[in-house]
Amino acid sequence: MSKLVLRRIDRNNEEMLINFGPQHPSTHGVLNFLVETDGEVMRRAIPDIGYLHRSLEKIGEMVGYPGYMPYTDRIDYLAAMFANEGWAIAVERLLKVEVPRRAQYLRAASCELNRIASHLVSIGTMATDIGAVTPLVYALREREAINDLIEALCGARLTYNYHRVGGVAFDAPEGWRDKVLRFLDRFDSLLQEWDRLITWNEIYLKRLGGVAVITREQAIDYGLVGPNLRGSGVDWDVRRDVPYGAYPDFKFDVPVGRGWAGTVGDAFDRYYVRVLEMAQSTRIVRQALEKLPDGEYMAKVPRKIKPEAGEVLSRVESARGELAYYVISDGTERAYRVRARTGSFLAMGIIEDISSGLMIADLVALIASLDVVAPETDR
Amino acid sequence: MTTSEIHQRLQAQFGEAVGPLSEPKVDPFAFVKPDRLVEVCRFLKDTPGLEIDFCEDLTAVDWPKRDAIEVVYHLYSYKYRHGIVLKVEASRAAPTVPSVEGVWKAANWMEREVYDLFGVTFSGHPDLRRVMLPDDWVGHPLRKDYQEAGGFHGIPNLRENPLVELRRLDEVRMAEHAKANPPPPPPAAPAPSAAGAPPSPAAPPAAPKA
Repeated sequence: MSKLVLRRIDRNNEEMLINFGPQHPSTHGVLNFLVETDGEVMRRAIPDIGYLHRSLEKIGEMVGYPGYMPYTDRIDYLAAMFANEGWAIAVERLLKVEVPRRAQYLRAASCELNRIASHLVSIGTMATDIGAVTPLVYALREREAINDLIEALCGARLTYNYHRVGGVAFDAPEGWRDKVLRFLDRFDSLLQEWDRLITWNEIYLKRLGGVAVITREQAIDYGLVGPNLRGSGVDWDVRRDVPYGAYPDFKFDVPVGRGWAGTVGDAFDRYYVRVLEMAQSTRIVRQALEKLPDGEYMAKVPRKIKPEAGEVLSRVESARGELAYYVISDGTERAYRVRARTGSFLAMGIIEDISSGLMIADLVALIASLDVVAPETDR
Repeated sequence: MTTSEIHQRLQAQFGEAVGPLSEPKVDPFAFVKPDRLVEVCRFLKDTPGLEIDFCEDLTAVDWPKRDAIEVVYHLYSYKYRHGIVLKVEASRAAPTVPSVEGVWKAANWMEREVYDLFGVTFSGHPDLRRVMLPDDWVGHPLRKDYQEAGGFHGIPNLRENPLVELRRLDEVRMAEHAKANPPPPPPAAPAPSAAGAPPSPAAPPAAPKA
């Protein structure tokens, strides 16, 4: 850990310094926290990230526009579809390419399936971190089913590389639609099962209710996005408010934290917003597949992608909130600058201030409820 | 409010300190003089009717040809659903830009990231230290002229192409094989086989006896 941090810490009292991570099961990847504690109560937890830094932004300047697509998978390995989609939308806006309707619907369906899978990991591991080990198994069971569906669609289970500049790589295979609809019917009952299993469990409620409260003002000020922002009661969703792709065609609600376990913006609100979002995602997938238009799934895109000079910001609502690509083109085959603004990076920024006064055990709840994923913070 | 309306209000308030809106090729932006940046940001955040409360993105771009580093601010308002892109220019040799951490807390980590990867110093930042890379890392990787140092504390970042070694092993094996099995003498004239037919490669298995 850095000397600069150690210098900031006052050593003349009873406080203890504990390294939490980088190899710790409940940090979900390699993160390190330098925890300054007085007994069981933390004074603060200072996050130290960068273990997975691969300079993906620099790589973006070195490979061509279509060649960067597989790298975007690595930005967030639990929700790679969104990183694909954001990159595709950014380049399409630079090229001024119109994406066919069928491709947009397939994008929406694949992304929402991925959102369910990502949220399942998030809430499953959260329950494990809190101490309930069983729910993770139920969550992973359903995630496997989604992985199978996505594998049938694009051949990969984790790093999908499915979207393309101008459309998607493959059309939906024969019978895929029915398979997905059958899965969704089953999944609806899982959500009820899930609520019975863990959500309204009394111990779970007590562990999460009123813990690590992030107020509405704080959430906006610290730049939280996605379920973390909505958990704090801000009614904002990029899919609805700055719509892109096929989302204007779909009906869905945006769940917002209501203080189900006591306080608006506590760890339980961030958790339960994710559970409710999964139900909305199933609605979107159903609508996308029922209304799936015929036609091309790929626009006519020149073989050599050379957008004219300009800069663009594309936003998509990823599973971890707004994922924005800021791309500058200088008229050549490679981007001049690629920037991926991810939700987890900013979520890490709030931990130091929120953690003061929490119990050590609640730090785990805070990290899990913010759903930070190490490759997305580090890139 | 549209971006150009926000920009007009900024120019009415700050005059020359806010440059003209760029030609909207895709997304327009405006340059701001560095010494007025914090004032401009406070104005954007606190003025009723603007209330830009979300610092959506803060990053930098290196332009060695112009000898400048641009720091780019993407700002957005949740309430009114409008936004503007501001840019600040600094020299490449010793880039210093005032910190907007006091306006939006989100800028804290994003400024640290820019400091880490571009070497821009943000004056007034409370905790300016590297975020991605180790503290003793040399250089700022996202600058266009960054050269890899070739290792870090004795850990090399280069490795040999594994195919070279595999190919060497392959050649060694082939040489050994050739040594152990010298090439057969040139074939003589083919002798007529006894049966007059080519020998079958394998005899069919005998049928099990009942």
